[in-house]
Amino acid sequence: MNRRAQVETTERRRGAPSERRNPLFALTRARLLEFVREPEAIFWVFAFPIIMAMILGFAFRDRPADKVAVGVAGEAGLRAVSGRPLASPALTVTVFPTVRAGLDALRVGKIALLVENADPPVYHFDPTRPEARIARLEVDDAIQRAAGRRDPVAFRETEVHEKGSRYIDFLLPGILGLNLMGTGIWGIGYSIVTSRLKKTLKVMVATPMRKSDFLLAQIGSRFFFLVAELVVILAFGVLAFHVPIRGSLALLCLTALVGMLAFAGLGLLVASRARTLEAANGLMNLVMVPMWLLSGVFFSSERFPQAAQPFIKALPLTALNDALRAVMLEGKGLPAIAGALAVLAAWGLVSFGVALRIFRWQ
Amino acid sequence: MTPAISCRGLQKHFDDVKAVDGLDLEVSPGECFGLLGPNGAGKTTTIEILEGLTKPDAGEVTILGRRWGGQERELRERLGISLQESRLTEKLTVYETLELFRSFYERGRDPERLLEDLALEEKRDARVGKLSGGQRQRLAVACALAGDPEILFLDEPTTGLDPQSRLQLWERIAVFKAAGRTVLLTTHYMEEAERLCDRVAIVDHGRIIALGTPAELIAGLHAPHIIEFSSEPAVDDELLSSVPGTGERRQRDGRWQLAAANLAQAVPALLSTLDDAGARLVSLSTHRATLEDVFLSLTGRELRDE
Repeated sequence: MNRRAQVETTERRRGAPSERRNPLFALTRARLLEFVREPEAIFWVFAFPIIMAMILGFAFRDRPADKVAVGVAGEAGLRAVSGRPLASPALTVTVFPTVRAGLDALRVGKIALLVENADPPVYHFDPTRPEARIARLEVDDAIQRAAGRRDPVAFRETEVHEKGSRYIDFLLPGILGLNLMGTGIWGIGYSIVTSRLKKTLKVMVATPMRKSDFLLAQIGSRFFFLVAELVVILAFGVLAFHVPIRGSLALLCLTALVGMLAFAGLGLLVASRARTLEAANGLMNLVMVPMWLLSGVFFSSERFPQAAQPFIKALPLTALNDALRAVMLEGKGLPAIAGALAVLAAWGLVSFGVALRIFRWQ
Repeated sequence: MTPAISCRGLQKHFDDVKAVDGLDLEVSPGECFGLLGPNGAGKTTTIEILEGLTKPDAGEVTILGRRWGGQERELRERLGISLQESRLTEKLTVYETLELFRSFYERGRDPERLLEDLALEEKRDARVGKLSGGQRQRLAVACALAGDPEILFLDEPTTGLDPQSRLQLWERIAVFKAAGRTVLLTTHYMEEAERLCDRVAIVDHGRIIALGTPAELIAGLHAPHIIEFSSEPAVDDELLSSVPGTGERRQRDGRWQLAAANLAQAVPALLSTLDDAGARLVSLSTHRATLEDVFLSLTGRELRDE
């Protein structure tokens, strides 16, 4: 391949008849080159979603249940009560030299409960605080067990830590959807409006270039970014957070592809008339901001009132997020997401069709 | 013979401004034709209508015997168009840009050859964003030549260029013309029009106010020489009207310009008139009339009001 290319180049330099590249290919290649030579663009497409997922993932990570801080007052701690120190995995114990110091700490909320080392021991706590009630149960349990209490009923415990039910599992498909929307609309919109502004578009229209080739190249180049975005974001989710992919990977890719086409169409439509970057920017925000909020990226769109649901479900990002989550988290197959894919395809086709008709080339 | 470019009764207005106001034009194959005029004369609107990029409000355009609309791409295969102040994608290299434009045409010129044609070989792999103004303009013309066109449209090809870039472009246009191809260019540089163009149309307020070869237009002045002088104290129009052998007069920046048919007669006459009036000559120069003077004589304004 390489050698052939070399031979061709040499021949061309010798002045062999000029060969023509396929214009759609040449336009797509030019668009890709333009993109990879734009460092900011790389950041927004690849680094940004990962940083966002990381921050949100850490902020809402599942922590082990918090320990409750309690205090013990008296020279020998609780040893005098139980013969053993107060020990429980659910408690952090601070020993205070006097009851007074312990009560001060309780008053300012540093501890949830104070055990006064007396006979019988006294529990100081505020029963209106849930944390204090937990402390009361844990402390009493620890003291009674240390004193030799046996449970009359035997039981077994099973802990449930299911992957896929955590916030990050919900979030990652949403971030993928959000990114496909952002890069589709921004990536295509800015590139088109900038070339219109700089008259690059006009120069091209003055040649025999097919206008549809130009628009298809915009979408075609998005396809390459899609593959990269998908790989980077999924790999990040799976490797860093063990986010599950329960359904078929092929179906997940198909969903992302249909989503990408829908937003590429919207990007073309948004950019089809705008004469300035400001106008384009305003339009893009008008299109995207409602979907950021309504389409279930950060929280489920089910939280909005029932009356708004038909509208919200018809938004392309809602359809994409729902479909991505159904495949990734619930392992659903094609029949379950066919409706969402149809919504996306409709958005893509209608907006591409309208964009082609109303596109301003100069 | 079918004219390469022809238009009749062209009109175009933007809001209240009449940019083109009833313009007729006919350019023969193999001719280099110049639209000459000051900024805002309607040159760019006219050339863009001819290029099929702007729709006229009225009038007919025929390019290579065809009208715009319908089989537009077939016609575009045969044209090369360089716009005024268009910027090519900055992130691509010179060679990539030429390859891209070459791909738009069925047949055309090899990008490597285009690089040679416009002396851009050294910049082959440089990003367009890093090029100088002159190099960019040469690249724009190279893109226009990518389809090996029959007609080349150039809108102010050398505006703002350094003298060297300008010469390089002129040479390239001359080579193109020598191959029997047609060129239509707009310019407000007299020298450019005189050097390159077989015929020139002087455009003002969207109309052609004079048309002919540069030599014909200059001869039309009836006074092929221009005398420029200043004196101390300055003299007035009435005094100068008595100088024999001089025609039109204009005063700018404290200097007088007199058109003269015969220098040998007019200069001594002017000197003696000044002497009689007690005015001392501060400066005196003469030049052969140029298209600049033609424009000045037709409109009373200078071409370059920059």
